[in-house]
Amino acid sequence: MAPYREDDMAHEPRTPRVALAAVTTIVTLALVGCSADDPLAETPGGESSGASGTSVVGSQDYYSNEIIAEIYAQALEANGFTVDRQMRIGQREVYLPEIEAGSIDVFPEYTGNLLQYWEPDTQARTSQDVYTALTAAVPDGLRVLDQSAATDQDSYNVTRAFAEENDVASLADLSSVTVPLTLGGNSELESRPYGPPGLSSVYGVDVSFTPIEDSGGPLTVKALLDGDVQLVNIFSADPSIAKNDLMTLEDPEGLFLASNVVPLVSEKIDDEAAEILNTVSAALTADELVDLNVRSVDEQLAAATIATDWLAEKNLF
Amino acid sequence: MNVFADALRWIVDPAHWVGSAGIDYRIVEHLAISGLAVGLATVVALPVGVLVGHTRRGRALVVGLTGAARALPTLGLLTLLGLALGIGLRAPVIALVVLAIPSVLAGAYAGVESVSRMAVDAARAVGMTEWQIVRRVEIPLGLPIIVGGVRAAVLQVVATATLAAYIADAGLGRYLFEGLKTRDYAEMLGGSLLVAALALVLEGAFALLQRASSTATPRPGGTLRLLPDPGRQ
Repeated sequence: MAPYREDDMAHEPRTPRVALAAVTTIVTLALVGCSADDPLAETPGGESSGASGTSVVGSQDYYSNEIIAEIYAQALEANGFTVDRQMRIGQREVYLPEIEAGSIDVFPEYTGNLLQYWEPDTQARTSQDVYTALTAAVPDGLRVLDQSAATDQDSYNVTRAFAEENDVASLADLSSVTVPLTLGGNSELESRPYGPPGLSSVYGVDVSFTPIEDSGGPLTVKALLDGDVQLVNIFSADPSIAKNDLMTLEDPEGLFLASNVVPLVSEKIDDEAAEILNTVSAALTADELVDLNVRSVDEQLAAATIATDWLAEKNLF
Repeated sequence: MNVFADALRWIVDPAHWVGSAGIDYRIVEHLAISGLAVGLATVVALPVGVLVGHTRRGRALVVGLTGAARALPTLGLLTLLGLALGIGLRAPVIALVVLAIPSVLAGAYAGVESVSRMAVDAARAVGMTEWQIVRRVEIPLGLPIIVGGVRAAVLQVVATATLAAYIADAGLGRYLFEGLKTRDYAEMLGGSLLVAALALVLEGAFALLQRASSTATPRPGGTLRLLPDPGRQ
């Protein structure tokens, strides 16, 4: 009878199968373990910037960073340079080794976060201090050009209703707030110096922590608006701050490092190219960076289009 | 072997076994989330699957729907649900229920359908009601396959429950996200190994359960006697 046969076959060879599965798993794990010291060490793409005359422009896997990279790329192209775009590479721990290895020549960076990558214990906080420390910290073969006035840095935000109810305008005011506070942000925030430990030691504010892994995205904003958390970490150039009528709390004691937009470049970028990028940085203000981000988020335009429009509007090149 | 050895060292470090962020606590959370999701999925899918298997109606619809549901990316669904329901465990549990339903459902209808028509007809012939046939013939005989469906769901859900940490402070996924973001690959791989180990343990337990359910085929007792089936010696 066919149904019985099927039935029997469904669980007949179970012991060998379980054993096989276990063996396969162990072998796989062993292979994973053996493969390399650093699982991310393999070079994606691999080819270095090769032919002189072609500059490789890269960007983080972050829409705002890609827009800035696109602006750099188009500015260079408008002045006769050949550009190879390697956009949306990933996060700092992925792309910085590539830059240090010389496979990328131009990369939009953020002064504070970049400084912390090389010097995790840096005491610099203000924009100028951070920039000075960063120029000293950059490894041989790389340099940072002029920083722009535009910043995109971690910031703590509350709803306007919360700010008014509790009379809060800066992080220092939070210490007198009586309701229990929960901070929402990516899981790494919990252990970062500017996370709950920093809030406690610098401002005397004790908060509990809820991880929301979308880097200050819509889920984070939703949690704040729902009142599940009272305080969230959102990048200061994020359009959602204005759109949701959030209040960015001031940071008088410098819990966060200032993080201005700055091009990190290799030796291949000569003085002429550096001059072009410096012109771009001089023209980019904080509000304009937010506007560029708004165009990406609200109008869903491609980074290249936004960059072209901005360069035209600014009459650059 | 550095990262692998570091990961094992990370797991056995006693400092990682204390408090509400300790490994033991995270494992309990992980199991609770997975158990809740599979439990809810079973409550929803088992009756439907048994009904489909028993009546042999609506199979095309159910196969189509469960096939489509399998294609849903859980992270996307989680984000969508999170935007509707807010952060916390509700969104991940619902997303995991959706992940678990197809397997449980497929196991249920396939299990019931696998029961010999002769046995079912015999049961009907001796005067069993449809409900009695389902409860005393089809479910017991199809149990190994039904349990197999739950087993597949458990495996998927335990592996995917790491996503709960995307919007809640819960489960072994916390180690994965935190390790990734802070470049602590020992923590990340350690967390992954724990999830894999948990999945293997549960898989083993369900393999035993499935075996037990197939040997526990009910003997006809009392006034009820089924005809001996020529296909089974």
